[in-house]
Amino acid sequence: MVVILTDRSVTYRSRDLRAPAWVPDFWMSDLLSQIATERSDAAFRRLFDEFGPRIRDYMRRRGADTATAEELAQETLLTVWRKAALYSSDKGTPASWIFTIARNLRINRLQREVVWQELSSEQADAIPSEDAAPDDTVAARQRQVRVQAVLAELPPDQRDVVTLAFIEGLSQSDIAARLSLPLGTVKSRMRLAYQRVREALEDLK
Amino acid sequence: MSTPISQHPDPATLMSFAAGSLSEPLAAAVAAHASMCAGCRTELDDMDLMGAALLGASTAAPGGGVPAPARPRDTLSSAIGPHNRRSPNDKLPAPIARQYGITLDTIPWKRLAPGVWQHRLPLSPGVKGDLRFYKLAPGAKLPDHGHAGAELTLVLDGIVVDGPNRCHVGDLHEVDDQVEHEPGADNEVGCICLVASEGPPRLTGWRGLVLRLLHRWRRRSHTESAAANKLG
Repeated sequence: MVVILTDRSVTYRSRDLRAPAWVPDFWMSDLLSQIATERSDAAFRRLFDEFGPRIRDYMRRRGADTATAEELAQETLLTVWRKAALYSSDKGTPASWIFTIARNLRINRLQREVVWQELSSEQADAIPSEDAAPDDTVAARQRQVRVQAVLAELPPDQRDVVTLAFIEGLSQSDIAARLSLPLGTVKSRMRLAYQRVREALEDLK
Repeated sequence: MSTPISQHPDPATLMSFAAGSLSEPLAAAVAAHASMCAGCRTELDDMDLMGAALLGASTAAPGGGVPAPARPRDTLSSAIGPHNRRSPNDKLPAPIARQYGITLDTIPWKRLAPGVWQHRLPLSPGVKGDLRFYKLAPGAKLPDHGHAGAELTLVLDGIVVDGPNRCHVGDLHEVDDQVEHEPGADNEVGCICLVASEGPPRLTGWRGLVLRLLHRWRRRSHTESAAANKLG
């Protein structure tokens, strides 16, 4: 099934949301530790090149105009830059940390609502750890790789639902309306998708 | 002695929370539960990985790169999220205590009916739904109600009983909009709970009718006395 996802400016096909390279190298890269240790202009620019357009796109899909979306992308990445030394991988990966910063800014700035979600490095903020144990870093990456592999293999009907939730920011009832599905079907597809993720991570706990 | 948490949000609800697409009142209840439940925090971390993977796989809209500012400024918002989970001396979950600046002992209760008190928490402008504390005396019941949308009940103290279901501190009881139910407090201990719903509760049954009439009467007498004050 091809789902047409629209916002004011662009028409997307859900097929396009699945980039052919589902496990992009940079997503796994040492960029964040480079940023934390080197503080180089090159690392800073790379951060913006790689994450900037995605975060701007993410904000636009939730209704931000281009200027606002760009501003929020910059703010997300400046937060990453500023806090990179505090990042620790005991809970998440650099990518999940960046995702949660972008998500929380979207809730606060675009939706003007209370942010109830924590950042995925929340503990790291309280306890700055400059040297996360290498084992933790490896394990976190392994988890990210597994999750990406699961999502790449997800049946399209489940992938469409989780993409609409995470990337378009649609509520379950909005997803049901968009896809002309009963609410219960949306919920069960989300459960099934998470079930696969959980199974894939089981032995890494 | 406490009973371990045995009732958790539906994974679909947790996932919407992680995606940032759960309505504000429900998100408040999930955050409060997660602050009490390590298992749900771990699941949320996994779901953040899903968000990261999906963000990485999404194609950026046309329009080139995002220009990097010349030099990082240090004027960043504190808007990126809450900090610190626990409020050590209070049974109120830290996210709620922090957001509303209250403790369980300082909730300004309003009596709703014999043995039933409530305190409604404000939501952001334009947000639909409802978030409130209820305090029930032992054996007291909330009015029968159905709802527009899902309803989450988080037990903060005592025991909540909803039909055959007994919920203890930390349990999050989730019902969808098909359900009409009449939750109440345990006969021995009473309860305090946080109830979040996507829409206002639709009161049904005779208790609901009485409450609706009472509410209307109160509002009218309030309007009348305000009018009288103006005249005086």
